Amino acid sequence: MNIRVKNLNKRFGSFVAVNNVSFEIESGSLVALLGPSGSGKSTLLRILAGLESADSGSVWFGDEDATNVHARARAIGFVFQHYALFRHLTVAQNVAFGLDVRRVPKDIALKRARDLLALVGLGGLEHRYPSQLSGGQRQRVALARALAPEPKLLLLDEPFGAVDAKVREELRQWLRRLHDEVGVTSIFVTHDQDEAFSVSDRVLVIHQGGLEQIGTPTEILDHPATEFVARFVGEVNVFRTIVKQGQATTGSLIAQLDEDEAHASGAAHLVVRAYDLKFWREDPGIATVERVVTLGDRVRVQAIVDGAGPIVAQFPRRSSLLKGITPGCRIQVEVAAARTYPANSEVPGLSIP
Amino acid sequence: MQRTDVMPITAAPQSAAVPAISPTWTAVGRGLLLGTVLLYLGIVLVGPMAALFVETTEIGFAKAAEAVLAPAALDALLMSMILVVIALVVNAVVGTLGAIAIVRHRFVGRGALSALFDLPLAVSPVMIGLAFILLVGRGGTLTPWLDALGWKVVFSFPGVVIGTLFVTLPYTVREVAYVLEEIGTSEEEAATTLGASPWQTFWRVTLPNIRIPLGYGLLMTIARTLGEFGAVLVLGGSISGQTQTATTFIHDAMEERQEASAYGMALVLAVMSVGLLLALEWAKTRRQQVLKRSST
Repeated sequence: MNIRVKNLNKRFGSFVAVNNVSFEIESGSLVALLGPSGSGKSTLLRILAGLESADSGSVWFGDEDATNVHARARAIGFVFQHYALFRHLTVAQNVAFGLDVRRVPKDIALKRARDLLALVGLGGLEHRYPSQLSGGQRQRVALARALAPEPKLLLLDEPFGAVDAKVREELRQWLRRLHDEVGVTSIFVTHDQDEAFSVSDRVLVIHQGGLEQIGTPTEILDHPATEFVARFVGEVNVFRTIVKQGQATTGSLIAQLDEDEAHASGAAHLVVRAYDLKFWREDPGIATVERVVTLGDRVRVQAIVDGAGPIVAQFPRRSSLLKGITPGCRIQVEVAAARTYPANSEVPGLSIP
Repeated sequence: MQRTDVMPITAAPQSAAVPAISPTWTAVGRGLLLGTVLLYLGIVLVGPMAALFVETTEIGFAKAAEAVLAPAALDALLMSMILVVIALVVNAVVGTLGAIAIVRHRFVGRGALSALFDLPLAVSPVMIGLAFILLVGRGGTLTPWLDALGWKVVFSFPGVVIGTLFVTLPYTVREVAYVLEEIGTSEEEAATTLGASPWQTFWRVTLPNIRIPLGYGLLMTIARTLGEFGAVLVLGGSISGQTQTATTFIHDAMEERQEASAYGMALVLAVMSVGLLLALEWAKTRRQQVLKRSST
């Protein structure tokens, strides 16, 4: 079932939670709603579920206008961040709940619950209570419970936010495999870009209630539509710059811009990803290295560019680019890829050094 | 201070500003604290209960039992039991609905409603009894209307019921509201997204989650109903065989120097209280378990 959202708005008092959002999601895809906390992505998800009502706009499930359909009748599955399992029911009774309330015969409901628990890898735990399970197990019970009534749309609100890092990584891979197996259209909310990019087919970047960009992970990484997206995704450097003849100049730092970037001229913001930089030792060069920090398989180099200020680059640990780079040495800087955005579009919440 | 032997591992060098307290003195301090609490409980609780028991022994249990089995005493006990049943039914419903209204709904005057449920804790039952009499007693504002309907409230059964319901109002609401707040709405939302109707959500999710605090509140309601004196005396008038309850029976028996009746009835109430206390303790541990499960 494809999902369409048209001009959705929602305010809480004077706070704008969802600001004129429209998008379409094709049937069977796994989509991430990515944004910083407080960006309105959870509210958007709850409106899709029918747990909140929008002030204006409409939600379409296939050809059906679902805007005023009650949450109970929307045929969606919802997975809550803190599981929300029924604590007085066993695991099997939890999973069978959605079938029980539809008056499905007990034996059929329990059979389906057992099958689903086997699917999520929890066979044999049917008679446990939620309090006897680990966080990762609880979240899988919650997922099985949401899938039991065969929803047309699965919604997950920060599904892996409450489990520790290692379990989270396992659950992500597992969710992707499960989605490919079950094939139900799924939307999940996350503030973690790794999660969004590693699991989903498409990513919707949400900022201050508005939709900044919708696209595949590659599109969003390579062609960020707005300065917010460019700066939110990955570690970036931002400079106030002057664009002239396809070149952006900030102090001693000069960046060659792509064809499609070189259109404008004048004041702009230059956004350079930490891994789109090349450093090599050169005297006099244009920058001085300040710190070199090893982060597992990557190395982070901080330097000060003459007339432009601090810059951060990341290199693979064994990269030849790191040869001879030590704190205090002079280096040359090459910008491999960069994007510019209009200088007048200040991004609230993000300052420029 | 069983753990003093571990001290050197973690203890910082003793600074002059924080003088060390020797384990002996800590033990003495703890003993003093415990002793004071126990002494106090002895004076205000155990002493009187023991005295009651001893006095009844002197009169003779057979005589006390005989007095309690007298028709007037049985009537008073029956009245107390009827009031317990009414208070349980009404408070189970009002407590649950009131708590849900206060916690789950947002409306103007919500804070005021919440405070109103606590009012009986702050106001003396005798005073409220008096206020009711001014409203529905002889020459009261509503009295002509009630007379026209042929209803007699003061010094009659409805008066005792009103007094009892007033003083027992806060217990179930408080207990249930607290747990509803702690548990949050996500389980109810989950039930809704799984296709449950509001009715199904209430019976299958909300009620099972509040059954322990509801039970706890109802036990408190029983205790309060059995023990209430002021409101039932002022509104009921302690008419033997009509509005006399166990507590007003004890009061009247004392006035009339019928020790056997007074002590016998007091012992009956004391035994019930012990049973209620045990039940409350059990409910309290269960409630802790429920809340703990919600936080993990």
